[in-house]
Amino acid sequence: MAAADISELQTIEHDVLVIGAGGAGLRAAIECAAQGVSTGLVCKSLLGKAHTVMAEGGMAAAMGNVDPRDNWKVHFRDTMRGGKFLNNWRMAELHAKEAPERVRELEEWGAVFDRTKQGLISQRNFGGHRYPRLAHVGDRTGLELIRTLQDHGVHQGIAVHMECTVLDLLKDGDRVVGALAYWRDTGRFVLFKAKAVVLATGGAGKAWRVTSNSWEYSGDGLAMAYLAGAELMDLEFTQFHPTGMVWPPSVRGTLVTEGVRGDGGILKNKDGKRFMFDYIPERFAAETADTEEEANRWLKGDKAARRPPELLTRDVVARAINSEVKAGRGSEHGGVYLDIASRVPAEIIRKKLPSMYHQFKELAEVDITAQPMEVGPTLHYFMGGIRVDADSQMTTVPGLFAAGECAAGLHGANRLGGNSLSDLIVFGKRAGAGACEYAAKAGQGVIDEAQVHASMRRATDFLNRESGINPFVVQEKLQGMMSHNVGIIRTKAELETAIEKLKELEAEAATAKAHATSQYNAGWHTALDLRNLLLSSEAVTRAALTREESRGAHTRDDFPGERDEWVKYNIIIKRGAGGEMVVEKRQRPAGPTPLVEIANSKIEDLESGKVAADYK
Amino acid sequence: MAQRTFKIWRGDSEGGEFVDYTVEVGPGMVVLDAIHRIQAEHSSELACRWNCKAGKCGSCSMEINGKPRLSCMTRLNSLPEGTVTIQPLKAFPLVKDLVTDVSWNFEQNKRIAPLKPKARDADGNHRMMQEDVDRVQEFRKCIECFLCQDVCHVLRDHKKHEKFVGPRFMVRLAQLEMHPLDTDDRIEKIRKEFGSGWCNITRCCTEVCPEHIGITDNAIIPLKERVVDRYYDPVAWFIRKVLGRK
Repeated sequence: MAAADISELQTIEHDVLVIGAGGAGLRAAIECAAQGVSTGLVCKSLLGKAHTVMAEGGMAAAMGNVDPRDNWKVHFRDTMRGGKFLNNWRMAELHAKEAPERVRELEEWGAVFDRTKQGLISQRNFGGHRYPRLAHVGDRTGLELIRTLQDHGVHQGIAVHMECTVLDLLKDGDRVVGALAYWRDTGRFVLFKAKAVVLATGGAGKAWRVTSNSWEYSGDGLAMAYLAGAELMDLEFTQFHPTGMVWPPSVRGTLVTEGVRGDGGILKNKDGKRFMFDYIPERFAAETADTEEEANRWLKGDKAARRPPELLTRDVVARAINSEVKAGRGSEHGGVYLDIASRVPAEIIRKKLPSMYHQFKELAEVDITAQPMEVGPTLHYFMGGIRVDADSQMTTVPGLFAAGECAAGLHGANRLGGNSLSDLIVFGKRAGAGACEYAAKAGQGVIDEAQVHASMRRATDFLNRESGINPFVVQEKLQGMMSHNVGIIRTKAELETAIEKLKELEAEAATAKAHATSQYNAGWHTALDLRNLLLSSEAVTRAALTREESRGAHTRDDFPGERDEWVKYNIIIKRGAGGEMVVEKRQRPAGPTPLVEIANSKIEDLESGKVAADYK
Repeated sequence: MAQRTFKIWRGDSEGGEFVDYTVEVGPGMVVLDAIHRIQAEHSSELACRWNCKAGKCGSCSMEINGKPRLSCMTRLNSLPEGTVTIQPLKAFPLVKDLVTDVSWNFEQNKRIAPLKPKARDADGNHRMMQEDVDRVQEFRKCIECFLCQDVCHVLRDHKKHEKFVGPRFMVRLAQLEMHPLDTDDRIEKIRKEFGSGWCNITRCCTEVCPEHIGITDNAIIPLKERVVDRYYDPVAWFIRKVLGRK
């Protein structure tokens, strides 16, 4: 489309526009619809295909159905310890308190969780969670979550815009008042006007070569929020899930659920040694088994036994696997062995881990009931993201909200497995409510034609130029570069190299050429996503360079160990007046006393009521 | 590395043709990997829908050597030697290349009333026994790849999209009808609005289901039986006529 009058553009108006239709976006849209406002939900893919479907193990909620000792305070304490105390205190509190009701609500909407013998929602063990806490459906809990929200949501009057990609947010002064997008099937532009916008776009895992993320995870929300002036936070914390597939090459990175370890799977090196006993951090030593005998008793249900070291937090397990491989004790294809076959009867494996069974059988020709799996770390999740207010999920830009993986705060320096699905439903709902409250006070803003034209021009330039670099080549270079320089173990030199390379790639990406028309054109989509991937990668790299310590998922070879000084700071990233990326080391507010006490308590003191007993 | 040739449908609603592409293939590669390689090396505008690449999202449905399959779960070494033919789904209108307009399916889902749960127990929980939800959980494995819809003769050959919701939504209806908490009466609609009678039990849908759901035997036949019990059972017919109950 030429830079003509924008009144000729297809224009859709909503009170609240939700961008992203995974768990968080769907839950936000449902909340908006429940409050009676006109709600639009933009999906980059078809409805129900977002990455939430890939979540396997479960959603964490302290319902106490399997172990009655569980409650929100223990969940909160686990979340803070797993996040290495960098979590937003209020978000971790809200999450632990509200997750159980959000899970029950899903059941009301049709979710069918696995049951306990008493007929209640069953809960499974997972890394970093003291008690069995994850409501689950075999190993396909994410599918259950997204389908439940989808089937409920389509009856709530939400306008669903499928296969629609948002290019840029539009502002009226300080406020976000809409977005420009294109329809995938035709390539035509569409203008959305809204009183409030919720971003629920996930992370930017696609910037790495070995990742569990699909093509959609190109950091769209992070980049658009950044360009609209919002602050990003904690981006140095990128979670490498310890267990991705490593063979064959075409599936390298595909997720292997932590549920395998939760249900008894153990990690071994090529010498057959169960190596995790060598990697127990001091903070968790008191609560982790130190002999195989004790770990086995725990698996059999002995409540006096401590947890096996395979269920330490993901950052710890991923680094341990990395060390084993680097020391030459890895498996045939550069991973380690995950063995459940020798631990659990075949029929139980097929019942509890059906999709893992099929995944390995069909993609790797491995029978997990008879052979060990080969696994290694895979880029999985962004703990960092857009900085938000804990209660309303509003970003630092008026009218702009964020929830789920693209928002920062809940998970601190490392996310516990199972805390993501519960994050989506707790803070998705809150973001929806926050956006409704804002929309009720704000009118529709004025759309600035110049912003619309600039956005359209950037998009059409890729198609219109005579020649240019293949966008797939740039993407592949970026993935290789990030995997090499901004991996699990980081150094100053490599991070600085990454910054230089990112500048080169940015220049290349700006000259990429997409062939043919804008109709369902994979090359054009890839070219358009590059800006967002590159901005997200730069933010991660600059944050990683700034944090001179090792904490959670961020490991600096040149600054080993946690430094007490650094828990006082978040790394904030925003756009400077001249368009440059500004990095700030910002002091965190102190946590409220009862929460600090709970997080730091000995588990015995918390459970006997010695600590914060009056705090509800 | 070996080379392999792929014959891929290129075109849109106006028409099109098969085009051959030859790319290098490596160990463990699936059909979707080959398509990505073709996009990167030969034809970046080739349209193909995909997401998770692990058989969990059901986006990358297409017809491979004439069979509806997920391209991310179809290993090249599982196909016979020689050229691999790849076409879009046939039961839905073509958008471009390997992408079809599957929006009709989303419209059907909207027609199905959601779960109408009974009240919670006094302590705020619902209680259901695992053995009572096993069959419902089987249906909930559905990833909405629409391969069953594509292969269903009623839709594919007879184009009865107005009469029959197709196997996918019979599964959805069965899941609601057999849900221990559901209080809605769905039998009349299953027969009259959703067209349970149109299925003639050829089991083609069951055969292509990547989630191995017993679509015909576990979902459609039991629904047909419930319809028969309601409408063709003489005792039930009598009660309905005389007492005016449904």
